Amino acid sequence: MTNEDRRRKLDRLGVLFVLALIGAALIVPPLTLATPADSPFHISTYAVSLMGKYLCYALLAVALDLVWGYCGILSLGHAAFFTLGGYAMGMYLMRQIGARGVYANPLLPDFMVFLNWKSLPLTWWGFEHFAYAGIMAILVPGFLAFAFGWFAFRSRVTGVYLSIITQAMTYALMLAFFRNNMGFGGNNGLTDFKDILGYPVQSHATRALLFSASALALAAGYWLCRSLVASKFGKVIVAIRDAESRTRFLGYRVERYKLLIFVISAMLAGLAGALYVPQVGIINPSEFAPTNSIEAVIWVAVGGRGTLVGAALGALLVNFGKTIFTSALPDDWLFALGALFVLVTLFLPEGVLGLMLRARLRLRRDRSARSVPSAAE
Amino acid sequence: MCWYGPARRTLSGLWRGAGLWSFSKIASLAVVLVLPATLAGAAPRSNILAGFTRGGFSQTKKAVQQLAGADLPTGAQILDSLEHQRLRFDRSTKQVYMITKDGRVLDAMTGAAAPGVQASALKGVRIDNAVRGAIETVEGVLDLTSADRALRLSAARRIFDTRDSAAQPALQKAMAKETDPAVASRMKDALAVLVAQNVKAPEADRVKAVKRVQARSSREALSFLSSLAPSAHGAFAIAVKAAIVSVQGRLTLVGYAQNVWYGLSLGSVLLLAAIGLAITFGVMGVINMAHGEMVMLGAYCTFTTQQFLRAYAPRWMDGSLALALPVAFIVTAALGMAIERLIIRRLHHRPLETLLATFGLSLILQQAVRVIFGAQNRDVTNPFFMSGSFKLEGVSIEFGRMWIIVFALTVFIALQALLRLTPFGLRLRATTQNRRMAGNMGVNTGWIDALAFGLGSGIAGMAGVALSQIDNVSPNLGQNYIIDSFLVVVFGGVGNLWGALVAAMALGVANKLIEPAAGAVLGKIALLVFIILFIQKKPRGLFPVKGRAAEA
Repeated sequence: MTNEDRRRKLDRLGVLFVLALIGAALIVPPLTLATPADSPFHISTYAVSLMGKYLCYALLAVALDLVWGYCGILSLGHAAFFTLGGYAMGMYLMRQIGARGVYANPLLPDFMVFLNWKSLPLTWWGFEHFAYAGIMAILVPGFLAFAFGWFAFRSRVTGVYLSIITQAMTYALMLAFFRNNMGFGGNNGLTDFKDILGYPVQSHATRALLFSASALALAAGYWLCRSLVASKFGKVIVAIRDAESRTRFLGYRVERYKLLIFVISAMLAGLAGALYVPQVGIINPSEFAPTNSIEAVIWVAVGGRGTLVGAALGALLVNFGKTIFTSALPDDWLFALGALFVLVTLFLPEGVLGLMLRARLRLRRDRSARSVPSAAE
Repeated sequence: MCWYGPARRTLSGLWRGAGLWSFSKIASLAVVLVLPATLAGAAPRSNILAGFTRGGFSQTKKAVQQLAGADLPTGAQILDSLEHQRLRFDRSTKQVYMITKDGRVLDAMTGAAAPGVQASALKGVRIDNAVRGAIETVEGVLDLTSADRALRLSAARRIFDTRDSAAQPALQKAMAKETDPAVASRMKDALAVLVAQNVKAPEADRVKAVKRVQARSSREALSFLSSLAPSAHGAFAIAVKAAIVSVQGRLTLVGYAQNVWYGLSLGSVLLLAAIGLAITFGVMGVINMAHGEMVMLGAYCTFTTQQFLRAYAPRWMDGSLALALPVAFIVTAALGMAIERLIIRRLHHRPLETLLATFGLSLILQQAVRVIFGAQNRDVTNPFFMSGSFKLEGVSIEFGRMWIIVFALTVFIALQALLRLTPFGLRLRATTQNRRMAGNMGVNTGWIDALAFGLGSGIAGMAGVALSQIDNVSPNLGQNYIIDSFLVVVFGGVGNLWGALVAAMALGVANKLIEPAAGAVLGKIALLVFIILFIQKKPRGLFPVKGRAAEA
């Protein structure tokens, strides 16, 4: 029952993972705010922001693992969902600037004043409310995924075809958002944020709380995905991954299952983007770049696809490596990333976590085999 | 018009006297043309040149105008010298000299060198704007009867553009003895403009002239007709209006044709980039994300080849592309085969992982090129046959684009021939259609995979040579084409070269036709959305592979 063992192991890891996240969410704010700067327990605001950013990436990776690892849909468009969520949050933050912008226009963001616009476009209505922006950050990616998946899955676009058209989708979105008259800031995107929910975005306390929010969101997102894949619904999803036609012939409406999982995943990606923007302080169209989507895929591959926890760990690992690498050997980072793509797919098809699990299971099997040598005969 | 001049040179002696009687208000030049010869007597030619030595601008201007009628062999040369202030005269002997660019002194009358005359001792003939205007007109007139066909053509065109009524008599004179039909037609066009704008001409003549201008259908014709419209009356006004509508319609058509041409050019580039992809995707079902980098490497091969030639064999620079093609093919094909052997082979039956691994490769290749050649754009020279353009029915055809279209089609045909006519092609097609069965029949499918991958990459490298001529050679070159070429392959139907051809051309033309209306970015977005929707409708592309192979 290796599969069963594996699943149980993963579940146990998942519980640990959630507990660790909740612990971090509780412990990091006091450590960064209440300890003096020279204390060994002090965590700098920079580090908190950085880790908060990683956690958002991890949530994106979990969302991607849900569709790729469990349903076999290799989406090269998840950066689009992530960025759309980010834009929704960015629009809220822009509205919060109010009259403090360069042009001191109480209603219009600076770039609209610059473009000589007189009134707020329809797309921006309601974004002064945090709740509305938050809902939109999830609903807009969800809706896009629904519209896209509705057509794609019904006409049975699968495999590399699907990957390519998801890539075309995010490329089209990138081109669209680069245009000034889309009304989303064009090239420069949205930046120069001041407040979130009345608190200054830059302050230490806000940063720490955003970190906690990201950790809790990741924990919740992970838990949602875990429950999904453990349910009966999840079993059908895995069946679709392994034998789509067979599942269809057994009477399941494959396209509906795929659509649902795709939409849920896109919504989680949107949530991750919404948490990401206040922590990095900017959102612009280059986040749509097809490379970003593929990079997210490699996080999942490094951690181990079809494990959820592994995807999150992969995102943390790769991005941590990226931060260190880009400051130490900036020219070599792309070599390292490229090699990572090649080596992981060639030699680590199950990712780091998959390898570890396999090693642990083999170890235990060896041990039990040794203790009852005759049972095997 | 009343002036039908003493045109024929052979008869000019007979008609010289008659010339005196022909007066026309607008054709003051006509008088000028004839006068000197009439007054002539002993030495008319030297009299003309004497005009340059009198000092006043009006005298100089008159002398210039007189040049038009005098059959002076050095006429054009004198005007040119005068225009560039290199015409001088001796104050004492009243002899006129031309100074060449390199400082030699020529006798203005004969054009022969004048030894012993110091340029510094001579006084320059001064000119003002009025003289300059006269020079221009007379130059045009002189060119009209030049022996050089191109000069006559451009002179006729100049009159068409400047609408200088003063040139009419000379124009008619030149028309009468013009033998070249193309030049004659140009001259008729020019005359039509002059007649059409002459309010004193009979209405019927003007209407006819407008019709003639209308047939020209150029932008200049349109602007000329539009300038006539406000002051036109009666039948003439109707003719002008009809002509404007007709010319506008024709210009729109030419605009479309021009865009279709650009579209075909873009399509051939897409075809070049996508055709190699179609092979690897078709035969092995493998998405090669590093394909764009093969194109980029091909472009850098061109750069390196040119650097090499410039250093060791500068005489052969014009053949650089011919040398770069095989170089690029060999380099990229070898690299492609190595990639297939080392990476793709191990990821068989895992197409999504192959996609990731090749994407990693593309990152490595880009960064390697960035480290070796630098991140900035590299200069690739265009050989002489790639630059310049010509006009075809108003559509301007650039040689560079034309040769790339020709090259793309050549590659396409050669590849089709390779696949249809050679044993290798047979094996390749067999492997595409049914890998296991082909293996059973003795085809070494593993080797075929490697060769196919090498072939696809090699073609990408050659595409890079072509692209280096029209695009910036930078490490990002490949990325700009990779998504488009994927779309071409998917749109056309995987594993189908004809599909790739049709898809590339259709996408290229559609892109360029949408662009003027919607702008480059929106046009691109519209196309992407179209393809995304199209794939939903026909998931296997325009020309799907039928039969058992379709489910493989």
